[in-house]
Amino acid sequence: MNKVYNNKAWFLILPMLLLVAFSAIIPLMTVVNYSVQDVFDANTRFFTGTEWFETMLNNPTLQAALLRQFAFSFTILAIQIPLGIGIALLMPKRGWQASAVLILITLPLLIPWNVVGSIWQLFTRGDIGLMGVGIRELGYAYNITRNPADAWATIILMDVWHWTPLIALLCYSGLRSIPDAYYQAARIDRASKWAVFRYIQLPKLTNVLVIGILLRFMHSFMIYAEPFVLTGGGPGSSTTFLSQSLTTMAIGQQDLGPSAAFSLIYFLIILLVSWVFYTAIMNMQKDNTNQGGA
Amino acid sequence: MSWMVWTVPTAIFFSTIGAMLAGMTVWEVVSPSIERKGFLPISTTRGDRLFIGLLSAAYIHLAVVGFTDISIWFALAASILWLLVLMRWG
Amino acid sequence: MTRSVPTTPDTVRRQAAESAAKRRKLARGTATRWRRRTLLGLYLVFVMLPIYWLLNLSFQTNTEILGNFSFWPQNFTIANYTRIFTDSNWYMGYVNSLAYVLMNMLISISVALPAAYAFSRFKFIGDKHLFFWLLTNLMAPPAVFLLPYFQLYYSVGLFDTHIAVALAHCLFNIPLAIWILEGFMSSVPKEVDETAYIDGYSFPRFFVTIFIPMIRSGIGVTLFFLFMFSWVELLLSRTLTATNAQPIASIMTRTSTASGIDWGTLAAAGVLTILPGIVVVYFVRNHIAKGFALGRT
Repeated sequence: MNKVYNNKAWFLILPMLLLVAFSAIIPLMTVVNYSVQDVFDANTRFFTGTEWFETMLNNPTLQAALLRQFAFSFTILAIQIPLGIGIALLMPKRGWQASAVLILITLPLLIPWNVVGSIWQLFTRGDIGLMGVGIRELGYAYNITRNPADAWATIILMDVWHWTPLIALLCYSGLRSIPDAYYQAARIDRASKWAVFRYIQLPKLTNVLVIGILLRFMHSFMIYAEPFVLTGGGPGSSTTFLSQSLTTMAIGQQDLGPSAAFSLIYFLIILLVSWVFYTAIMNMQKDNTNQGGA
Repeated sequence: MSWMVWTVPTAIFFSTIGAMLAGMTVWEVVSPSIERKGFLPISTTRGDRLFIGLLSAAYIHLAVVGFTDISIWFALAASILWLLVLMRWG
Repeated sequence: MTRSVPTTPDTVRRQAAESAAKRRKLARGTATRWRRRTLLGLYLVFVMLPIYWLLNLSFQTNTEILGNFSFWPQNFTIANYTRIFTDSNWYMGYVNSLAYVLMNMLISISVALPAAYAFSRFKFIGDKHLFFWLLTNLMAPPAVFLLPYFQLYYSVGLFDTHIAVALAHCLFNIPLAIWILEGFMSSVPKEVDETAYIDGYSFPRFFVTIFIPMIRSGIGVTLFFLFMFSWVELLLSRTLTATNAQPIASIMTRTSTASGIDWGTLAAAGVLTILPGIVVVYFVRNHIAKGFALGRT
């Protein structure tokens, strides 16, 4: 769309800007202030300079949490993206079945995150859970409070359950926007199913998939409530991710300075990743419009 | 405001950022920026280059503070230099 | 193609080949259709099973849950639900959650609508960077903002009120709303605006009486997303409230007491948190697919 250059548009932005600035910029400034001081209360505080950043960057617990976080994020992306595409291809296109399937698939997304944790706790417990009891009946001593591998597998399964619908729905909407004429043309050319997927469906999906990957990556980086309820970060600290380490430090131990420094490092990682994705999306749209114009 | 626990260095930091944004806005009004391609792999506007510069400056500082014993002032000098290079040729 | 009586041997052969191909395709179609249905069915079972288990446990007493493993309630009871609906501590949790979610939806949509219009129709200084900054807020981990929020809302005297949580959730909900709405608005041709202005509409009148009705479905989907993300959030809502505005999510932690966890009540409370979502998703079911692509497909 050809947009008009008009700086009066700022007046339309202004109310939103004030609100978001109130809840984003003021707290961010405070975090920066915390990060260079040892704060006991508003009157008792000492300037520490970059000390907290140095400690945090060299803190083995946090480094481990960061590594775990990346491992977790990439694992779930590797599972959810193909699975989501597959489900989107399977979903009925019209009729009451389409609505019913849509509603059922959306359900996990609408459950409060700690309830998701509770559901999976109830589902996987060795004494009362369907899955827990089921796996034990099969002869495997499944125990998420003792065995880190079980805990990991369960958390990944839970996340797949919780968030694959998002990818599936994104892809479904991408597929729905392909005109029928494309499929007809493919039929006339006797294109194989794979060719239809590769040359008609996948290109249409890339746009939504980038959004999906971006959202999933960001949300998996913030994951807190689900593992907190399900495993409490355990056994040991095998399922403690970044958000939980941070929350424990900030709320549990009241270490304002270190946790603020850690928050900023965390935020910088997020900022870099989201900038890369955003630039990718924008360049893709630019390419699309260029092709459309040509 | 006291709960925000301001310090002089952070106040200077935020004023600098604020001044930069204000300066960029004025510059943009006086002579609008044109997107161009320099040594960076993507074509950028002035604002994009400033953002890339600031973000990489943050990472330079973190690397210096966290993993070396070099004074933070060297990191600052390096960042400013990098920012200038980026603004001119990026 | 019209099906006429074949006249030459060549046409006879061709028509025979065509009908054979059609038959084969039909047969193959049925087989694939069933395979697709089975696979999709398996996935749906995977989705529904944990929820079914929650439902199952919510209709059992604690003794039955712990004493005797069964696939459906043997002694069907609604005692868990009665407990929640008769104890004001419990049901006020739902009221509190709904209150701040609705407030947030109202605030977010009313400031996001004009902002999204600006982004979809105009170029202005810093537009791209502003948009990116908004998206970073969408991605900012709430854990980062936890402490300053607590201090901020405490110092302005809003701690433990619904509006505090509603405002805090604006951090990610306003950017989200703008992102989705911008996509929907960009698909409305600009000629609509221009014609309206030529017809003598003022901007506010055009916006309210013509433009907003045109993107109805977009607004519906946006509201759905606002509801979703505010309803499911735990960290901020728990930190910013104590007793008066406590959300259901943090009240649920009360089910674990010294004498063990009250599984039945936990399950019943969980079931009740799913219901509002079902109601909301039912209303937007026809637009949800487009909405998930944030209006841009």
